[in-house]
Amino acid sequence: MSKQRTLSSITKKVIMSLAGLFLIIFLLVHLGINLFLMPLTENHQEIFELLAGFMATNPVIKVMEVFLFGGFIIHIIYGLIVQFQNWSSRGSIAYKSGSKTKTTISSQYMIHTGVLVFLFLAMHMYQFYFMKLGLNTTPFVDAHGHPEFYNVAVDLFSTQPVYSVIYIIAFIFLGFHLNHAFQSAFQTLGWEHPKYTPCIKTVGLIYAIVVPLGFIIIPLYFMIMH
Amino acid sequence: MDLTLKIWRQENAQAKGGFKNYEVKGVSKDSSFLEMLDVLNESLVDKIESPVCFDHDCREGICGMCSLYINGRPHGPDDAVTTCQLHMRKFSDGDTITIEPWRAKPFPVIKDLVVDRSAFDEIIQAGGYTSASTGGVPDANATLISKYASDLAMDAASCIGCGACVAACKNASAMLFVSAKVSQFALLPQGKVEKERRVQKMVAKMDELGFGNCTNTYACEMECPKEISVSNIARMNREFLGAKILSGEKV
Ligand code: FES
Repeated sequence: MSKQRTLSSITKKVIMSLAGLFLIIFLLVHLGINLFLMPLTENHQEIFELLAGFMATNPVIKVMEVFLFGGFIIHIIYGLIVQFQNWSSRGSIAYKSGSKTKTTISSQYMIHTGVLVFLFLAMHMYQFYFMKLGLNTTPFVDAHGHPEFYNVAVDLFSTQPVYSVIYIIAFIFLGFHLNHAFQSAFQTLGWEHPKYTPCIKTVGLIYAIVVPLGFIIIPLYFMIMH
Repeated sequence: MDLTLKIWRQENAQAKGGFKNYEVKGVSKDSSFLEMLDVLNESLVDKIESPVCFDHDCREGICGMCSLYINGRPHGPDDAVTTCQLHMRKFSDGDTITIEPWRAKPFPVIKDLVVDRSAFDEIIQAGGYTSASTGGVPDANATLISKYASDLAMDAASCIGCGACVAACKNASAMLFVSAKVSQFALLPQGKVEKERRVQKMVAKMDELGFGNCTNTYACEMECPKEISVSNIARMNREFLGAKILSGEKV
């Protein structure tokens, strides 16, 4: 058995938490850009396109993109490995009386919320990243044939309520995932301290509410406007 | 009080096992949970039926031998007590109580409610020795230890190794137990000599025995009869990472 486990349980979890924290930072950047889909300023469309263009062409960001994909893949693969091992450790007979221990909902359903967010991510990648690669077509293209993401997104949110609803639900699940993930990552990295841990938990909770809410407001805005 | 008990019966490790219902009548509210089972077993013996097997030893909450998953919680509905210290006044007359063995792959059932917890002993053994000076009797205060560190070490050392943490964890992870054992030494100067080696060995053993990975749900801490804190798990993670990164010693 030990021969199969090349990495220790703690090492696997540390890798997962580092990848997860990286994804948490990325999410914030993504939200910062997305918010400009809404008329926050006079020239919000220009700002959005400028930022999107910067993200698409800047060489540093290009390198970061590789890390980002790596982060996603590592986080997902290790998440699955850890989960399958855990199911196997639990054994084949479940407790008849279930579990009455009052753990948080977020922490109990990490794999479930994770898989649901992954499904959304797959759809999202198909719709936007494949478009960027030219594998998925859109009527919204500029003079050079590049997709205009501003118009693609606004069109999706304005005319496809089903997509908007899926989008909103996915972010609610992400909120639950993040609520546990944030503080859990620090615990795994060993950063536990009587002074800072309550603070980390509060920041995690605020992040898990505010960031998904920020994403959710955007389709809501377009649904209400149309 | 009169009770209905739903108890897991299993002839031996290979047998399939299943639940059997028993009625116990006239149980005193002041008796302990194990005394209630004694009453049941006496009545079974009188009827020439095989008594229900369960683990116990000290019956005063210090040895860690008693177990039992009672109505969805290890050591039953009370907080911070072992099953032997659980009193029947925590239940009501007419209750149905479901009693199951610890469930985890590294804790196979031996018979009825008794599981084999020798996996914990193997982890302790993997931790190895602590070096100590020999010679004349040292002065009691020769090694200075801060009150804070000694308190934390004592808290960690109060783990009785009952396995409730594993039983409660949805991942059957032994991290709370192992981290308590790692911490009690890592916090004290006497245990520092082999601390890098110890933590790596114990974690490797824990993984090898098939305990699950910790996902920080903290069910272990909530169900621990000795209220061992999950901050020990964070400490073990720190110790482990530090040892992996900084110590070149092959273990
Ligand atoms: S029998 Fe010793 S702790 Fe319960």
